[in-house]
Amino acid sequence: MSTYLGMPSIPVYGTGNLHASESFPKAAHRELGNAQLRANLGHATHTIRDKRIAVVSELPDWEQLRDAGSAIKESVMARLPELLEQFEKTFTARGGVIHWARDATEANEIVAGLIRETGETEVVKIKSMATQEIGLNEYLEEQGIAAFETDLAELIVQLDHDKPSHILVPAIHKNRSQVRDIFLREMEGVDPDLTNEPARLAGAARAHLRRKFLTAKVAVSGANFALADSGTLAVVESEGNGRMCLTLPETLITVMGVEKLLPTWQDLEVFMQLLPRSSTGERMNPYTSLWTGVTEGDGPQNVHLVLLDNGRSAALADEKGRSALHCIRCSACMNVCPVYERTGGHAYGSTYPGPIGAILSPLMTGIQAEENNSLPYASSLCGACYDACPVKINIPDILVHLRSVDVDSKRGKKKIPTQMDVGMNAASWALSSGKRLGLLEKGLPLGRLAAGPDKKITKLPGIAAGWTQSRDIPAPPSQSFRDWWKKEHRTPEPDAAPAASQDQENQP
Amino acid sequence: MSAREEILERIRTALKDSPVAPEIPREYRAASQLDEEALIELLVDRLIDYKAQVSVVDNAEVPARIAELLADAGSYVVPTGLDAGWLTGLELEHDSRRRQDSAAAPLSVAELDGIDAVVTGSAVAVAETGTIILDGSPNQGRRAITLVPDHHICIVKTTDITGILPEAMRRIDGTRPLTMISGPSATSDIELERVEGVHGPRKLDVIIAR
Ligand code: SF4
Repeated sequence: MSTYLGMPSIPVYGTGNLHASESFPKAAHRELGNAQLRANLGHATHTIRDKRIAVVSELPDWEQLRDAGSAIKESVMARLPELLEQFEKTFTARGGVIHWARDATEANEIVAGLIRETGETEVVKIKSMATQEIGLNEYLEEQGIAAFETDLAELIVQLDHDKPSHILVPAIHKNRSQVRDIFLREMEGVDPDLTNEPARLAGAARAHLRRKFLTAKVAVSGANFALADSGTLAVVESEGNGRMCLTLPETLITVMGVEKLLPTWQDLEVFMQLLPRSSTGERMNPYTSLWTGVTEGDGPQNVHLVLLDNGRSAALADEKGRSALHCIRCSACMNVCPVYERTGGHAYGSTYPGPIGAILSPLMTGIQAEENNSLPYASSLCGACYDACPVKINIPDILVHLRSVDVDSKRGKKKIPTQMDVGMNAASWALSSGKRLGLLEKGLPLGRLAAGPDKKITKLPGIAAGWTQSRDIPAPPSQSFRDWWKKEHRTPEPDAAPAASQDQENQP
Repeated sequence: MSAREEILERIRTALKDSPVAPEIPREYRAASQLDEEALIELLVDRLIDYKAQVSVVDNAEVPARIAELLADAGSYVVPTGLDAGWLTGLELEHDSRRRQDSAAAPLSVAELDGIDAVVTGSAVAVAETGTIILDGSPNQGRRAITLVPDHHICIVKTTDITGILPEAMRRIDGTRPLTMISGPSATSDIELERVEGVHGPRKLDVIIAR
């Protein structure tokens, strides 16, 4: 029996849209069949890669900014309770109201309750990963509240009844002609002669949302940063839909993960240099709004912030994985990822796709949740994400760590060893001794026999079948490298036999 | 336990290994070495890159330039604290096209929607990124007035131009309602190409006054 010390048992995992409902290989297999999707993604990710590299190489102090950004985030995690309390004080002192939400359900209920208090049944929304994560729109719909996404890409996704596939450009999987078709089909009163020119499409979105903005009484947003010392919140955007939502309505409800804090106003100068260049590849995004509680006579007078845990404390509890919480959602890692480029974001299941999603989702839900244990394998560990990450999250390291957590978690559960266990045990037996390996190598000619006259093995048995699904294995050589070496380096003197001595088994 | 206490407790428990907060290495640039002419040149270059329209004029020419830019506007709004000298190019007393706005006497959103243009000052600018920061001071007004009208004419004094972002951020008070503007409203949401003109002002005119 365990003693109850009044401490919450941790980790408490997150809920909501954080799960893959099918394994990554399965989902990826399906998505890879969509040639249009791959073409769209290839085009978009390559455009953004080039832009990012150009603006990043302009800054002589990019690496110094990354070092500062990384250290600031590390210090935020170490000091999180203290900083949250400080932020609560400063934000509240300026007339803002703070709410705490343990998980997705609680956050949804708080937001719906706040909207109900205003008597409104419609809200405008700025793109926010946190509200995507908790499934806020769906929840509000059940409650009879209509939430209108106002970010162009979110609007495209919402009109098409689709799911976002990228954290910055949720409709990255659609090209301009597909967007035009969606607008023509779903947008009331749209010009039937609409072309696929991006400028015309943006114009159509402006006309469509204008009335909503000008009459909305309640807005829901996320936040990119929160400054503990001043109580300030920041939203970084492009289109002006953010400014509309943050400025015109009477009530503003912001939902933000607890990890988004920065200690001081000064830290913002680092992140406002790192984020725009890493995300849209611009020197600066068109608009950034900052607000500190309520300002009399300017902007919403009823200002709320929902601070969300939903598995973040669980991620924080993993010492080797906690730096995943440093993420500023720039999307650079997915834009450079060879796996993401081919499968797209939907294959990852969770709100957070790409390399960061492959570590963040299982950290927030626990590795055993649904199919999330397949995510840490959705990578070739090439390291491009680590190089691109503005806050230097070592994603490959955390992927490897989570793979081992996955293997450990399965080991505890199964009585009967899997094929993988048997194989790994056999390998560790064979590879731990030169003599044993030598013995096994004597079997190589057998492999040649199996390969047949065309010297190819096209089908391996058991779990190894996956390897030969898309490639052949060449027939093994007739002798091993070690045998060959021994023959080639046989010393003429009969008394000294260095080649043979190397083959001695090492005694423990 | 309240949600607040429980979340804080979960976080404290998650940090039971007591990680140490590292020193923050601030080796990045804190200032640029550019002189005024170089700053102006860089800012102009960046703004044009964002498809803003820019003119660099002497202080005395600002009123004429504003009048010129407003020639086609059926109506325009100014914050009450705008430097009255800047409006001398327009009939100062009775330009029937002019509306005034302040926190004490604000125009409604619907009224703003019917206004073609807005003229404001600015708090500080960043040459390297082509950014203008508005802090809601009386010469810049409420955030709504620089958002709803489709044409923003913004005056930047050369003394307010900084080279890089840290210099600018250190000049402003973070608790004011702030808007950082880098070009007219734009989107990269279709195939990740930047196109101008979505919900914010589609036309941004910057007058750099020296
Ligand atoms: S992990 Fe790094 S690169 Fe990826 S989205 Fe987060 S901050 Fe950007």
